[in-house]
Amino acid sequence: MLHYILRRLLYFIPTLLAIYTVAFLLMHAAPGSPFVQEKGLPPEVLASRMAEFHLDKPLWQQYLLYGWDIISLRGHSSIKYPNRNVIHDILAPAFPVSLTLGICALAIALVVGTAAGVASAARPRSLTDYGAMIGAMIGISQPSFVIASVLLAIFALCLRWLPVGGWGSPSQIVLPAIALAALPAAYIARLVRTGMLEVLSADFIRTARAKGLPERSVLLDHALRNAWLPVLGYLGPAAASIFTGSFVVEKIFAIPGVGTHFVDSALHRDHPLILATVLLYALLLVVFNLAVDLGYAWLDPRIRYE
Amino acid sequence: MSNPAEIPQPAGPAEPLRPALSPMALALRRFRRNRLAMAGLALLAVVVASSLAGIAWDQMAVMRGQPEPYRTPQPGIHPQPPSLEFPFGTDPLGRDLLARTLIGGGISIGVGLAAATVSILIGTFWGITSGYAGRGLDTVMMRIVDVMYGLPYILLVILLLVYFAERTIVLRMLVLFMAIGGVSWLTMARVVRGQVLSLREAEFVQAARALGSGAPRIIAKEMLPNLTGPILVCATLTVPLAILQESFLSFLGLGVPPPLASWGTLASDAIEALNPVRVYWWLLVMPCSFLGATLLGLNFVGDGLRDAFDPRAR
Repeated sequence: MLHYILRRLLYFIPTLLAIYTVAFLLMHAAPGSPFVQEKGLPPEVLASRMAEFHLDKPLWQQYLLYGWDIISLRGHSSIKYPNRNVIHDILAPAFPVSLTLGICALAIALVVGTAAGVASAARPRSLTDYGAMIGAMIGISQPSFVIASVLLAIFALCLRWLPVGGWGSPSQIVLPAIALAALPAAYIARLVRTGMLEVLSADFIRTARAKGLPERSVLLDHALRNAWLPVLGYLGPAAASIFTGSFVVEKIFAIPGVGTHFVDSALHRDHPLILATVLLYALLLVVFNLAVDLGYAWLDPRIRYE
Repeated sequence: MSNPAEIPQPAGPAEPLRPALSPMALALRRFRRNRLAMAGLALLAVVVASSLAGIAWDQMAVMRGQPEPYRTPQPGIHPQPPSLEFPFGTDPLGRDLLARTLIGGGISIGVGLAAATVSILIGTFWGITSGYAGRGLDTVMMRIVDVMYGLPYILLVILLLVYFAERTIVLRMLVLFMAIGGVSWLTMARVVRGQVLSLREAEFVQAARALGSGAPRIIAKEMLPNLTGPILVCATLTVPLAILQESFLSFLGLGVPPPLASWGTLASDAIEALNPVRVYWWLLVMPCSFLGATLLGLNFVGDGLRDAFDPRAR
């Protein structure tokens, strides 16, 4: 097991390197430089700015320099936040915010999604089932900015129960966390329901019922554990994207998270910031995929890793 | 989503006169018996028909030399709530929201279909090549897919959009279609590859190979018919995702260029007009209910197709 984890950790390096390379090439294929918008920049200033961001060097040197800047935590944002260190000043303060919000959202999504999925699978074709699944469908069938704005309009503007936005107090987490949780909760509910229905027709469930276990125990201890396997597979990539924040939710609720930087860096062609955000996302993705694979082994003892 | 496994159709002595049905016909029959899927199909038919009617309405106005309703401001104070004259109300610029919602539907559905087409073309080609070739090429092609998965897709879309930034509306729309389609083929490639891997070892494929069929013939005659189901399911579920992605891009201001509209741009305009003093609910409710109905219908149909093509899954 330890061997397996170590090998997987070793694989992180080429994976991240490949993702860095593709992001770097894509970024350079896009026309224009970060300073194109600044009209009337004197040529000397432009040249010095270009030199500051290695844009005057050949591509392969830029490739190495940008990579080195990120590894040594020295990369500076080029345009959006001039002269600020990408890691220290931009991502380091923003990531804990997105992480906190993401953990709350994921917890809500897991609890609500699993509960809805189990409830609707326990009584298929009942009112509970249809209610839960229609709720899940609404979560899937509306853009996140509509869900977030409607929540904001109802609970913050009309009822005034919760603050409109900002960050700092627990009450400010509630609405954005719910908005962020809507889509994953809906997916999880559907996955759990499908998984439960499949598992509930298995022989070991019949055995569990035949030996007189209470229905509650059959559903939660025996069925859910197996029905959870597909959810785990979904959770890996989902957690990576939730923990790196959502542009929409952060924009609507005025939250200083990392999600905004993903969009802004690309829109402004802010090369160091693009690469840093991409690597952050990729790192989370590979870590969570490893966690998911370990989770499979924990949920299903038949799965073993050599 | 919620249909139990159908009992396999009895073939043989019970009904000697009925000709044997192909797997495709069986799947279609299972699909037709799925009430939720048929309801979804009906919902989609209504939305598509209304969008087409909207486009026809617009074209009639063009032919008669009248101003196009979706882009022409009406006289008076706006936005107006729904009334007899404007069943969906008007937007803050005084344009008829009914016309805009219907035209927007055409564009949103177009984005979805274009993305599905691109993902079918690239994803199927990629998946078949990778799965059939095996070994080194398979590894390389699948690692490329993994790396693409590892990139935040929004970065891909934005960079594609700026890379092909064009001035004319038609080209910008084309770029938008391509950008959304260009990031949605990954899942398709994985699904198709997985299917090809298992088909490659199937007896009937080995038999075809033993009889001397070459790779093109095996792929076209033996594999593609068996891939239709998974491809269709995956494509149906790609459409709603693409429509949602377009709405997200609209929220960023990167969606369809004005004065054109999509459900995404309409919803994001409505969000912008949102304020605590006056509630212009119709601006949000009208396009979003159409959007919701479409995505609901597509998801029902997609689930129904999945159940129909893979009856063991339930």
